[in-house]
Amino acid sequence: MTIENKFTVQVQHEDFDLNTEHARLVSNDRGIGAVVAFIGMVRDLNLADDVVALELEHYPGMTEKTLSNIMSEACKRWSLQAARIVHRVGKMYPGDQIVLVLTASPHRGDAYEANMFIMDFLKTEAPFWKKEWTADGPRWIEARACDDQAAAKWEQK
Amino acid sequence: MHLKVLYFAQLRERFGLSEESLVAPDSVITIANLIDHLSLRGGVWHETFAGGSAFRVAMNQDMVALDTTLTDGAEVAIFRPVTGG
Repeated sequence: MTIENKFTVQVQHEDFDLNTEHARLVSNDRGIGAVVAFIGMVRDLNLADDVVALELEHYPGMTEKTLSNIMSEACKRWSLQAARIVHRVGKMYPGDQIVLVLTASPHRGDAYEANMFIMDFLKTEAPFWKKEWTADGPRWIEARACDDQAAAKWEQK
Repeated sequence: MHLKVLYFAQLRERFGLSEESLVAPDSVITIANLIDHLSLRGGVWHETFAGGSAFRVAMNQDMVALDTTLTDGAEVAIFRPVTGG
């Protein structure tokens, strides 16, 4: 097994399964001492309105390229043995899983920090757009300044 | 200069267009020049690009700044700030 396929990104319509993804990530590597998993979920509340559904659009090609670049940058900063990003697109509903980030390292510190780093840059650089459906109809979600600040804090480290 | 221009999300809906091939005049050198060129179409184009609302531009699938020089045959994508995750 080459090192490359331990670091993969995937954009898909289908749901993902944490146990399956985790088992695949750690298979054949007994040097992994820590795995951190982040799962983003669809909430039923945003800006005080009831959200009935969420629709995610992306820029095929650039999305995968951006996610791979973010992962490569994380590998330069931390000692990672494996990583996986799965991001869903299309229509989703409250309670659904949207995104999975798995990071694996010899010790927990690297896996924790790399995982947060990947999510912070995914939110500000990967070309995804969310459209929210409420009782009043659809509306596009606006980018939040706090997400930019979360990504910017890594520049100082 | 020949360019393929893509629009996503809010901008795709507002322009009623997801993609176009265009031949830009010689005066269009940078991304900012292209934005000004599109703004001259008036209506929603002018409102979007001259109205101070935030947008991002990617060239050949990399985010770029407005002063970036365009290359012939480039794929340019214009969109509102991203909201994934």
